[in-house]
Amino acid sequence: MASDSEEDFVVYGTPLEPLDEDEPLKKPIPLHEQTVKDEKGRYQRFHGAFTGGFSAGYFNTVGSKEGWTPSTFISSRQQKAENHNARPEDFMDEEDFSEHGIAPSQITTSQEFSSGCRDEVREKTRAVISQMALIPGDNLLEELITPARLSIGVELLRRMGWKEGQGIGPRVKRKLRQRQKEGGARVYSCALPHIGSEGSEDDDDEEFAPENVTFAPVDVTPVDFSPRSGVQGLGYRGLNPGLALLGHGAAEHINLFNPESETRSQLFGNAQKTSRKGRISGQAFGVGALEDNDDDVYHKDSMTRYDTVLGGEEPGDGLYGWTAPQQYNNRRDTSKALSYLGKIPEGFTVALKHTKEKMIFPPPVLPPDFRPVHGFHPSLLGTTAVSPALRQALATSRGHMVKEEPQQGGRHQLDSSQRRALLGEDVLHSSSSVMELLRPEDRQRLYNLHNDSKTTSAKCQNAIHPSGSVTRSTVVSLTQPLPQSCSTPSSSLQEDSLASWRGVQSSTHTFRPFVKNPSKQARYEQFLSRLKHGDKDAVEQSLDPGMTEWERSRERDEFVRASILYQPTSSSLSSRFTVAQHQEDDDAVEVCRDEEGAVDNKQAAVKMKMFGKLTREMFEWHPDKLLCKRFNVPDAYPGSGVVGLPKVKRDKFSVFNFLNVTESREMTAPLKPPEMRKKSRWDVSEQEELDKEDELPTSASTASPNSISDQTQAQKRKEDDKEEQQKEEEEEEEVVVSRPPMDLFKAIFASSDDDSSSSEVESEEEDTKEGEGKNDLHPLNLFNVPSTSVTSSITSCSSQKTVVFSQTSMQEEFGPSLPPPSARGGATSHYSSSTEDKQRKKNKEKKVKKKEGKHKKDKKKKKQKKHKHKEKHQKKSKEEESSDEDSEGHVSTEELLKRLKSIP
Amino acid sequence: MRTQGNSQPHLQRAALRHTCRNRIRRRTRLPVCTAQLTKELWLTIMLCHGGAVRAVRFNADGNYLLSCGSDKSLKLWGVSRGTLLKTYSGHGYEVLDADGSYDNSQLCSCSSDKSVILWDVASGQVIRKLRGHAGKVNCVQFNEEATVILSGSIDGTVRCWDTRSRRFEPIQVLDEAKDGISSVKVVQHELLTGSVDGRVRRYDLRMGQLHVDFINSPITCVCFSQDGQCTLSSSLDSVVRLLDKSTGEMLGEYTGHKMKSYKLDCCLSSKDTHVLSCSEDGHVYCWDLVEGSLSLKLPVGKAVVQSLSFHPTETCLLTSMEGCVQVWAAEPEETQDEVTMAT
Repeated sequence: MASDSEEDFVVYGTPLEPLDEDEPLKKPIPLHEQTVKDEKGRYQRFHGAFTGGFSAGYFNTVGSKEGWTPSTFISSRQQKAENHNARPEDFMDEEDFSEHGIAPSQITTSQEFSSGCRDEVREKTRAVISQMALIPGDNLLEELITPARLSIGVELLRRMGWKEGQGIGPRVKRKLRQRQKEGGARVYSCALPHIGSEGSEDDDDEEFAPENVTFAPVDVTPVDFSPRSGVQGLGYRGLNPGLALLGHGAAEHINLFNPESETRSQLFGNAQKTSRKGRISGQAFGVGALEDNDDDVYHKDSMTRYDTVLGGEEPGDGLYGWTAPQQYNNRRDTSKALSYLGKIPEGFTVALKHTKEKMIFPPPVLPPDFRPVHGFHPSLLGTTAVSPALRQALATSRGHMVKEEPQQGGRHQLDSSQRRALLGEDVLHSSSSVMELLRPEDRQRLYNLHNDSKTTSAKCQNAIHPSGSVTRSTVVSLTQPLPQSCSTPSSSLQEDSLASWRGVQSSTHTFRPFVKNPSKQARYEQFLSRLKHGDKDAVEQSLDPGMTEWERSRERDEFVRASILYQPTSSSLSSRFTVAQHQEDDDAVEVCRDEEGAVDNKQAAVKMKMFGKLTREMFEWHPDKLLCKRFNVPDAYPGSGVVGLPKVKRDKFSVFNFLNVTESREMTAPLKPPEMRKKSRWDVSEQEELDKEDELPTSASTASPNSISDQTQAQKRKEDDKEEQQKEEEEEEEVVVSRPPMDLFKAIFASSDDDSSSSEVESEEEDTKEGEGKNDLHPLNLFNVPSTSVTSSITSCSSQKTVVFSQTSMQEEFGPSLPPPSARGGATSHYSSSTEDKQRKKNKEKKVKKKEGKHKKDKKKKKQKKHKHKEKHQKKSKEEESSDEDSEGHVSTEELLKRLKSIP
Repeated sequence: MRTQGNSQPHLQRAALRHTCRNRIRRRTRLPVCTAQLTKELWLTIMLCHGGAVRAVRFNADGNYLLSCGSDKSLKLWGVSRGTLLKTYSGHGYEVLDADGSYDNSQLCSCSSDKSVILWDVASGQVIRKLRGHAGKVNCVQFNEEATVILSGSIDGTVRCWDTRSRRFEPIQVLDEAKDGISSVKVVQHELLTGSVDGRVRRYDLRMGQLHVDFINSPITCVCFSQDGQCTLSSSLDSVVRLLDKSTGEMLGEYTGHKMKSYKLDCCLSSKDTHVLSCSEDGHVYCWDLVEGSLSLKLPVGKAVVQSLSFHPTETCLLTSMEGCVQVWAAEPEETQDEVTMAT
């Protein structure tokens, strides 16, 4: 049984040969031998496409070496040549008839057995023949009289009693048929109204229907059971590209998913052919009677006719996909359209969901006494554990509302003139005033100009100059602690600015210092306008109340200074100077965001050997992308364009770039008693320098040290004297006004820099005497304004740079140097155990000696330089030592040789 | 052992990884490492370079050594026999430092002529001459895969040169130092730089961070420990310090030698058991890493011992004094003991 059933199986393909166990395993065929061959054992070449491509080449041409050759026409009397009709098959290869060839030969149903579908090929040939016939309409007749030819199937059915229009199957009773009808109708239960007559007939017939009468079943359109070949969903038929591109009914949007759409059916080549046969239309010439009309040749298809989104909007309940019934979709559309009354622009649809309204919470209300800096408990403050930096920061954050007792003895709280008085020094007569940089005749001219255009200066007389007040106070009482001059500058400055701006009605050419920040500029202009009206507290009113106190105080200072710096110029001056057309682009300086902190704490930590948190600092550092790649490391900050330490742009001309709470020097000052600190020349000069620059931001209004000294020397001078001074000051202002004061700064900086570099060297000498490792001088703060509320975070980078550069240029000579090359060439050659030629050695010795000579020369040159460093001295001493040790060197080498020998 | 080291030195190192940090914390000593450098090292070979030897370096597997001379040349020697294999000349002034790539196919060297040169080992040709430093270049180092050369110069910058591309500009310039760079080391994704401004900077490429350790004295040489957990830095205050890499705490301090004015080297032994440093008094000082006690004071000569280098796997030391390079090795039977113990 089992064997029988096995035989019944249909076997596809060729079975594998049974494995012989004894047989050695076959070697797998190597790749280069795995070739495709055709049935004749020839190599199959795959030219062109895999199917249908013509195979060209030597052996693949019509099966012969020569390929296809035309046959000669021979006709004789005996042998008449037959009328040979060449068919395309004559010129084809065998492969072309195969399954994948261009003319596959296959079994087809003959016409007799085929169903009613027309043979298109035959029709076409007939049409061609009719065209070629003598009388064009000739075969119309022929067509009319074609014998009725029915397919075998129809004939068989007829014999079985089938009539056209009937369904196939056993005859049924009436009720059954009705049910059939209903069942059929249930599928499309849309509002197709019953045709009245039929319905009534049906109703009527129910009673009359005799029992024994049967009906043929309803004719059904055959279901197409074509198998699915693709992976598309049910009911999908691909686009007919020809029709789609020819643009049938271009006006209509092609809805692929609407089964009832006409264009769709056309596209898919449905059999609803609207026969155009007899119709004459359109173009008169050029189109044959039997050819189809050329549909709009120049039509362009546009993508607007297509859906770009699959299925459009989906119904909310999700019961149906995009194949949802028509009415369902339609209903949704109408409902949506109703909800929105306005015109929906093309391409837009009404949103299904309402967007949530954004909740905007108001900012929390700050209590009136709020300070943005955390205050520590006073007990904490009192302890010595708090670092001076912190204490200072706290003090500044507290603002100037709380007046602290100025500390006694701290020399940094004193003014330059005070210190000078304390030290009993003479007044500096250097060119620290701007006016002294000008030639005397220029000065005179400016003075005259100023006198001409000067407005009422009654206010100016009253305005007390900050430095002036300071000097007076110092003279009055040297021992007295510092008066409230700390806070006076800003108020007096305000008065100054008020005085200078009052009464100025039209100043079109005012300098706009805060162009980069429009809101700030607006505030500044408001402030100016208030000033012009003579408003006393113009600053307070024009400031933004939303800002923090710190910001406000900062801006207050800036505004006041700016108003003084950029005062309205007198008409004659302003006519000579114009505002620059192109502003310099680089008025912002790149500043490292993170600065290395103070060194003093660290130094202390190092001394106590407390390495760790105190000596360590961590920065964000951005490696280059390529560097990460080369190191096989993922980019730590993907997408950041920064390389290296992140930098921040700061306003170049902002006063606050230069302001700095000095860290190292000022902070240590309270810790150490002043007498302990070594007073070096450097210290003094630096302080003076600081003082000089101190005045720079306020330079417009400050008097030159020169004039101050005059004051101190002859303090009892009369008011008119003072007035003159005032005038002088205002001249200075004029100079500054016409230009942004950068050049001026430069001029002063340059001179002071020179001073500092020379003094730096001296200090370095001292430092090196004190101990090693002090050679990293820390950038000095050029500006040291005691009364500002600036935090220590801002350091002046530009000033730092200059100092660093000067350092590095000097570093060429110090830093850890290399030991001197060997003192004696002979010694080295003596114990050289390498296998070099003697001759070469000698040459080398000579070279070495020469080099040494050079070297020494170099060193001598260097020594002649002015600034010597300790290491130099050391080098020198080293050389001497080595020369002394020449004799001893031999001993050591002998020892070494002994050791060498001792090694087996 | 040597053959193993030849193929993958860093894997070898990883296998030998004993965290010296932990050992210090626990005050324990590994039994293997005790007897390593306590006995005297024996001078095996003396090599004469010619000019003063500015630096002497082992190659990656320790079979060859490079000596950088003030005679503008770089020389490659075999360590076992002491034969001169090749002289690389092309620098315009004295060569200050050199390094070999992991596959021994390339060398890089730097010089006082402000240039860094990438050499082909076999042919001795200059593959690339990298210019860009503003001052003499003190130190140079390949990264692990020899795709980047890092060079530190007296101009205060470390430049990262790409060996893969033809660009002549550095990939990145690390200009954080306020003063000259005296030493650069690379391990995996970390760069360690020592600067004359008294700071040791560690750039962590993976984390994108820069750690700055303040050591109040000009740094002459920095090293990573073999386990990568510690940094060693010698400074001009004659102290060698071992710092914890992650926290910056000091784990050990080694004193006794003299390093006041010259840029001298320091290093760790191959198994992180000892700390070695050059000295200006003609000795090499060798301390026990954990104890901090001086375990060996190796007399090299009368002049300054300028450079030293420890063999990556074995107990073998290179020193350079004036124009000579000395190769020091442990006694033969001792080394064999070690080898057996290590394996």
